[in-house]
Amino acid sequence: MTTTTHPETTISADPALPTIHITREFDAPVDAVFRAHVDPELVVKWLGPRSVTMRVDRWDATTGGAYRYVHARGDEEYRFYGSFHEVRPGERIVQTFTFEGYPDGVALETVTFEDLGGGRTRLHVVSVFETTEGRDAALASGMETGVVEGYERLDELVVEG
Amino acid sequence: MDDQLSRVFSALADPIRRDMVARLAVGDATVNELAEPYAVTVQAVSKHLKVLEDAGLVSRSKQAQRRPVHLEAEVFDLMTKWIERYRREAEQRYRRLDAVLAEMTGTAGSAGPVEAPEQSRVEGEAS
Repeated sequence: MTTTTHPETTISADPALPTIHITREFDAPVDAVFRAHVDPELVVKWLGPRSVTMRVDRWDATTGGAYRYVHARGDEEYRFYGSFHEVRPGERIVQTFTFEGYPDGVALETVTFEDLGGGRTRLHVVSVFETTEGRDAALASGMETGVVEGYERLDELVVEG
Repeated sequence: MDDQLSRVFSALADPIRRDMVARLAVGDATVNELAEPYAVTVQAVSKHLKVLEDAGLVSRSKQAQRRPVHLEAEVFDLMTKWIERYRREAEQRYRRLDAVLAEMTGTAGSAGPVEAPEQSRVEGEAS
């Protein structure tokens, strides 16, 4: 359905299934892309929004291992943790994902590294949530700033009016 | 457009209204049917409906006597906006990963373009 001739991230969320699919191509060989996912010193350089600082409490990217990290912005801290169900070098990573602010929610994420040849890699990420509501909450989480800004603008209108 | 979005969000900020929207996603319903599961009056439910209607989330048929409430496709536009925001965040993350990878593989400016001969390859065989 979508062409992938340019490297921009593509994403799809089936209305009927609690999943999110992400695909992205990289101008780097599989080994490097894989290493950037398992080496915590590299992970902290890219994972998470630009506005936060990432601190790793635990990062054992091996089959049966686990991770826990904090995204900090000012006084706010967002903690995440999960287990590495399977880490298959250069091929795939299967892990659970929980945001501690919503401890009942857990997603299962499968990251697949596809060798495109010529030193290029295609990354596939599939996240499976327990419910479509949980999936929608994850999708909507990025809207928080937008909502706050929306309310601020609404407040201004009310004051002016 | 953005005002519409903030109206939608304030409309959906209330748990009863969110629940009503979820039920209307399954099919149209009358005010009485919508009021049934809640310990509030039909009037209160009508008020909630008015908020949803003003936000463009639902509409009510003028003709039919039962005046069933109908969920508008706007909700799915909103969904598209959520997804696009999420996608853009992922893209930003992966651009930082691009930079990390460039550092790792030593292609950060020093090595020069190596990929040029590969460029005329398959354009993607998607239909």
